[in-house]
Order: sequence, then structure tokens, then C-alpha cells
Amino acid sequence: MVATTAVPLTRRMWFIRSLQVIVIAGFIGLWEGLGQLGILDKFFYSRPSLIVPRIAGWLGEGFTPTSIYRDIEVTLIETVLGFVIGTLSGVAIGYAFARNRVLGQAFDPLLSMFNAIPRLVLAPVFILAFGIDLASKVALGVTLVFFIVFFATFTAVRDVDQTLVDNVRVLGARRRDVTFQVLLPAAFSAIVASLRTSAGFAFAGAVVAEYIGSSVGVGRRIANSEAFFDSTGVFGGIVVIAALALALDAFLQVVEGWFSRWKPRRER
Amino acid sequence: MTDAIALDGVSKTYRPPRKKPYLAVTDIDLSVQAGRFVAVVGPSGCGKSTLLSLVSGLLPASSGTVTLNGTPVQEVRTDVGFIFQRDALLPWKTVTENVALSLEFRGVPRMAVRQRVGEWVTRVGLAKFGDNYPHELSGGMRKRAQLAQVMVGDPAVLLMDEPFSALDVQTRNLMENELLNAWGAAGKTVLFITHDLEEAIALSDEIVVMTAGPGRIKARYPVDLPRPRNVTEVRFDPRFVALYERAWADLRDEVTRSYEQSLTRS
Repeated sequence: MVATTAVPLTRRMWFIRSLQVIVIAGFIGLWEGLGQLGILDKFFYSRPSLIVPRIAGWLGEGFTPTSIYRDIEVTLIETVLGFVIGTLSGVAIGYAFARNRVLGQAFDPLLSMFNAIPRLVLAPVFILAFGIDLASKVALGVTLVFFIVFFATFTAVRDVDQTLVDNVRVLGARRRDVTFQVLLPAAFSAIVASLRTSAGFAFAGAVVAEYIGSSVGVGRRIANSEAFFDSTGVFGGIVVIAALALALDAFLQVVEGWFSRWKPRRER
Repeated sequence: MTDAIALDGVSKTYRPPRKKPYLAVTDIDLSVQAGRFVAVVGPSGCGKSTLLSLVSGLLPASSGTVTLNGTPVQEVRTDVGFIFQRDALLPWKTVTENVALSLEFRGVPRMAVRQRVGEWVTRVGLAKFGDNYPHELSGGMRKRAQLAQVMVGDPAVLLMDEPFSALDVQTRNLMENELLNAWGAAGKTVLFITHDLEEAIALSDEIVVMTAGPGRIKARYPVDLPRPRNVTEVRFDPRFVALYERAWADLRDEVTRSYEQSLTRS
């Protein structure tokens, strides 16, 4: 304990930061080195020194209908739509089932069954049903997001502290007030807590569905490169996806922090 | 004087799903005159909190009639103030927002809400904490906020369910004195539930001793102590001590019985 407090906090932070940079640089260096030595086959694993110029080339193409920007735009639109539709339906149905026991019990086996299916295997079904455009990508995202939000809302509304409900009722709350002042805020906090998970799933759903069947999107770019045995293109696409996912997560972390102001720090 | 609260032959049976029904309170005849401070004291599990749920209409009585402010209780009543034992503030709202709830539910104009909420937040000593969330306050401050939340609606009757049991002794005595001062000024009817006989005597005009569950009324004692009182000092008054001894004789048997029941039940 003495040692940690003796080192100034900022210095400690810089120390950790430099370690993190070293680890990442080491990983990239090792990949590049093993590639140069011919231990990692360039055909399968490409090399950072090939991938970086490839991505730079994509970014330099400018905004054309076949550019990386168009791919990113489409993937993000699919992600947002899947996330929004999945969240809204999850909240609505989760709330209804928590408030109406019979309804909840009646649908419980069916929902458990759907939840047990690995959702990604539905991608081909959706592509057949909704075509290779936007709708099938959004549909896959919705099925992934829906269950996360549904269960979060259902448990939050079902387990809401009865004292809070009793208190507002004696204070004069009507049914509508109980819903909007107590039950939905309680659910909302659970949804915010699952926000990063569900948005991540919406993104994964969009990319996977694109990979399986589409004409545009980051997932499509990877599938195209794969078709030409172009591992540099595949890895380039993966790097772009990782960067997008990190950016999305950082953004949502800020959103989550804003909506969790009222929570004690350790529960955030 | 009219009765603010009247329970007439009231009993309550709980019927939890998939469990045996059980009788919480039975044969309760209790009336509280307007403006009086009555404390109900009993061992844990005697159903004393159930009484408040019945008076406020949060639970329907299984038999008998409950009357509040002259009308029978048939639904949740909003003409009472209910201070719950547990934290009842909405954790996602600030102190000010919490205190404003009852006025907003009633559709009081925004300007009037702001003024009355400000008044009460200040009166309970939380003026500097209006924009804080409940988790940022101490237990005593949360209780004060709860008090303001209830008092802002100016209810004629206050129902208090072991409101100070979670507080440390010093804070608790402070809060009890504050409650007495506020009550003395406002002339409200109070039905106060506690398991602490000292607290019951120190605060009230009358104490009601309940039996171990199913709860019945075992005895009622008027508290003949001068007001205004200081809850810490009144305990040394010989009349306090005498009353304490008489009531404790009643309560002790029930506490023992309640303890034995809890052993056989588990």
C-alpha cells in the first residue's frame, strides 16, 4: 500500500500507459517479424506493413459509392436501426410481461426456446426472407438486441422495490405516474447498464449478415477480399471493424455515465 | 373531538401464493383523535406495520372497517402522509425532484411547486443538498428528505413505520426532537409504529401495546408527560420511568412469546 501511494498517481498512470503501448507494439512487431522471416505465411496471415497501406488506400479513395466510407455508413445505419428497434420492442414486451403475469407465463417457453437458438444461424433465414439489402441485417440485429433488453426490462420491472411503488401511490400517483415515474425509470437504468452489450450485438449482427449476403457494408468488404484469397483485405476489414467497435463503445461509455449520474459509483 | 383514524373489529389475513395463509392482526379496535400522537409498540412480527398498510389503503382489511378522516378506506388514500421504514425516495431523482412528487401528481402549478418544495427542503435542513441524489446523502438526511416529501402535501394524518430504526442513536434523538417540534407546530394526527418502548413513550400522547402475532391490542396507556418535551431528557422523568415499568411488564411477555414463535417457525 505504501508503495502505491508513494508513487504519484499521474506517474503511475503513465507507467501503465507505456506498458500498454509496449504490449501492443510488441504484438504488431512480432506479427511483422514472423511474417518477414517467413514463419507466418503472408498468404494466410498477411502483415501489418501490408495492411496499413491497404487501409490508407481505402481511406484515400474519397466518398464514392464503392468506397470504405459508404461501407461504414451502411453498417452503422444497420447497427443503429437494429439497436433502436430491438430496444423499443424489448422494452415494450418486457414491460408488458412483467406487469401481466399470465401473459408472461404463457410466452415463457416460446421465448426461452428462441433465446436458446444461437441467433447467428438465423442470418441465412433472414437473408432469404428479407433479401440482401438493409432489412435482413437489421432483422438479425433486432433478434440479438431484443432478448438482452427484454430480459433486462422484465427483471427490472418485476423486481422493482415495492416500497417505492407504495410510497408514490400514497403521494398521489395514478397508474400512469407509477409507470412513468417508477417502473420505466427502473427499467431504463437496467437498459442503460446493458447498453454497451446490446449495441455491440447490433453491430455484430449487421457485420455477420453482411458477410453472409449483401452488396455493401464492411462485412461485405471482408467477404469480397476472402473470395479473392486477399488476406490483406480481410485483415484490413477486421481492423476497420475493430476501430468502429472501439469508437462505438467509447461513445456509449460516455452515454452510460451521463444516465448513471444518480447511481453510487461502485454500482455503475 | 372527531376520530382521524378508526379501526373497528379489523383483522388481516395474508394469502401469499403457494404458501399457507396467515393471520397478521385480528380484533383490532383502535381510534386516534385528530391532533393526537399515538405510538403502537409491539414485538417484531406482531403485525404493527400491517396496521399502517390498512389505514393507508395499501392493503385491504380482511374483515372489519377502517375509517380515515371520516370516510371508509376502500382504496389507496392520498390524504395521509406515510413515512416508510425503508428508503422510499426515488434514487434517480434529486432531493428537490423527490419532494416535488406529490404536488406534481396533484397538478399544482409549477411556480407554486417550486416555492413550497424550496420551503420544505430548507425547513428540513437540506437547502444545500436540493440537487443531490439520495445515495449522496447520509441516512439521517435521507429521512429528512422523506419527511419533506410527505409534509409538502400537508397531510392531516401522518403514518410512520419505525422511521428512525435505521439511524444511529444520536441522529435518532435529533430527528425525534425535530419531529416533535414539527408536530407541535402543525397539530397533525400521528400514528407511529415502533418496537422501541422508550421511543414510544418519549414521543406520544398514548401508547398501544400489541401482542405477539397474530397481533391484538393488549393494553393502552395514556402518556401523562408535559410538552414540549426533549426526548433525551424526558427519559429521566419519574413518571416516564413508572410508565415504562408498567408497559414493559406487558411487552416483555409478548417479546418472549414472539421469540419462541420465531424459533418454532424456522
